[in-house]
Amino acid sequence: MNTSDNSQAMAPRTEDSLSDKTVSLKPSGIRKFFDIVSEMKDAISLGVGEPDFETPWHIRDEGIFSLEKGRTFYTSNSGLKELRVAIADYMKRSQGVDYDPIHEILITVGGSEAIDLMFRAMINAGDEVLIPQPSYVSYEPCAILADAKPVIINLKAENKFRLTPEELESACTEKSKILVLPFPNNPTGSIMTKEDLEALVPIIIKHNLYVLSDEIYGELTYTGKHVSIASLPGMRERTILVNGFSKAYAMTGWRLGYACGSAAIVRQMTKIHQYAIMCAPTTSQYAAVEALNNGDADVEMMRESYNERRRFVLNMLKEMGLPCFEPEGAFYVFPCIAEFGMSAEDFATKLLKEKKVAIVPGTAFGDCGEGYLRISYAYSIDNLRKALERLKDFVEELRKNK
Amino acid sequence: MDATDERILSVIEKNSRINTKELAVMLGTEEIDVLNKLQRMEDDGVICGYHTMIDWDKTGVDKVTALIEVHVTPQRGQGFDKIAERIYKYPEVESVYLISGGCDLLVTLAGRTFKEVATFVTSKLSTLDTVTGTQTSYVLKKYKDHGTILEKPEEDKREMITP
Repeated sequence: MNTSDNSQAMAPRTEDSLSDKTVSLKPSGIRKFFDIVSEMKDAISLGVGEPDFETPWHIRDEGIFSLEKGRTFYTSNSGLKELRVAIADYMKRSQGVDYDPIHEILITVGGSEAIDLMFRAMINAGDEVLIPQPSYVSYEPCAILADAKPVIINLKAENKFRLTPEELESACTEKSKILVLPFPNNPTGSIMTKEDLEALVPIIIKHNLYVLSDEIYGELTYTGKHVSIASLPGMRERTILVNGFSKAYAMTGWRLGYACGSAAIVRQMTKIHQYAIMCAPTTSQYAAVEALNNGDADVEMMRESYNERRRFVLNMLKEMGLPCFEPEGAFYVFPCIAEFGMSAEDFATKLLKEKKVAIVPGTAFGDCGEGYLRISYAYSIDNLRKALERLKDFVEELRKNK
Repeated sequence: MDATDERILSVIEKNSRINTKELAVMLGTEEIDVLNKLQRMEDDGVICGYHTMIDWDKTGVDKVTALIEVHVTPQRGQGFDKIAERIYKYPEVESVYLISGGCDLLVTLAGRTFKEVATFVTSKLSTLDTVTGTQTSYVLKKYKDHGTILEKPEEDKREMITP
C-alpha cells in the first residue's frame, strides 16, 4: 500500500473550508505597505498610528501594583465598577453627559472591540452602515462581518474633510441604520465642531439613525475642546460613544476602551462580550482607574507636545509647497500630492525606494484618499525634520523632472 | 514669566542648539518674540549658560569625576556662602551645592586622573579653614546626566506602520 497516495487523497483542501465572508474581505491597505516597509532595514517611518510616549509611570505603577496585590482574576464582564464610575465622572465633567455606570457603560478590549460589538449588537442582515471616508480601516470590515452593507460617504478637502448635512442626507436610504462618526479623524486629523454636529442632528433623527461616535482622539484637539454628539439634545439615546485609553494616555498595548450608551444597546453588547471575551484585561483596568483619577496633567503635557509637532510639520509642508488643510485633532497630517500625477501608492512606494521614508498612502483609508498621504507626527522633532527634509528633496526632484 | 517662556526653557534645557525659527513655529509664535524672550531671560540671569553634554568615556581623553561630601563649620555672619565661594572659584570644581542631610556641601570635581582629584582634595579642599572633613566618591560610570541618557540611544520600539 502506497501511503503517500492515500495521504494525498485524504489531505483537506483547506481553502474550501474557510468563511466566504471573511475570505472576501479586502486585506488592509496598511498591511500591504507594512510588508514592503519591513523589507527595508533603515527606512525612517512616519507611518505609526500610536503615540510616541510611553504610558506615564504612575499609571504603569498602578498596573504593576495590581499584579503584586494578586489581582489576576477576571473582573465582572462589564468591567471594574470603580472604572465605570470613573468613566461616568469623566463623561460628566468633560462632556456634560450622564451615563449610569452600572447599565450604560461597558469596558472593552480597546475601542476596537466596542466598535465591533456595536455593529454585532445592532445590525440585521442588509442594514446599511454609513461610513465617512477617509477614516480608520476597521469600520468597513467590521460592518461587513456583521452582515451590514457599508455605504461610503466620500468627504472632501474643501470641507476640511468634515461631514456635511447634504452629504449625509444624500447617502441615507430607508435601510440606513447606523452612522459612523469618526472625529477627531484618523487619517485626516479633521474635527467636527459643535455647529457641524448640530447640523447633522435633524437628519439623524429624521432617518432614525443610530450613531457610532468613535472619539478615541477626543483629548487630542488643538483649536478648541472636543464636543461629543452625545451631548447634543436628542442624541444621547441614539449614540454609542466609543472611547478608550490608547491615544490620550498612551496605553495602546494595554488594550482598553469603553462604550457608553443607552442600556438597551449596551446590554446586548455586553452579552456578546460575555461570550466572546469574558472581560477586558484586569491589569489594564486597574491602571486605567489611575489614569482617569490622576492623569490630567499627563494628557495636557502630551497634547501640548503634539501641538508643537503639528505646527512644525505643517510649516515644513508649507515650505515645500504641498497643499494641506490644517488638521485640528489626532496626530496626523493629510497633505495632497495630486500635482505629481501618480497614485498615492506609487508616490509612497517610490518615496520609500528612493529616499527610504515610509509614509502611508491615503488610499489605505478609503478610495477617496487617492492623491493624499497620511503623515503621523507622533515622532521626535529630529525624526520629523529628517524625514520631511527627504520628502522635500523628493518633491523638488519630481518637479524638476516634470 | 509666562507659559511660553516656561515652554521655551523646557525645550532649550534639553536642546540648546534648537533653531529659534523652528522653536517659534512649534510654539505658534513669531521668531522675534522668541529671540526677545531669550535675550530677556539671559539678561535676568534665568538662562545662565548654554553647555554641551559630552560623554568623555567615548573619547581618548582622560577624565575622572568625583563627588565630594564636605563638612564645614559655618562662619558667623556668613553662613556657608564664603566657603562655597572659595571652593567654586577653582576651575576644576564643576558644581557646588549646599544640601540637607549628612554633609553640608556637595562638590563635584573633574581631573585627569584619580590621583589628580585626590591631590586636589587633600591639598586644596581639606586644607580650607572651615572644612572639618571630606568624603570622596569617584564616578565609575555615568548612565544619565542632566536629563540625557548616555548609555544607548533610545530606540523606537513601535512597529513601523500601524493603522
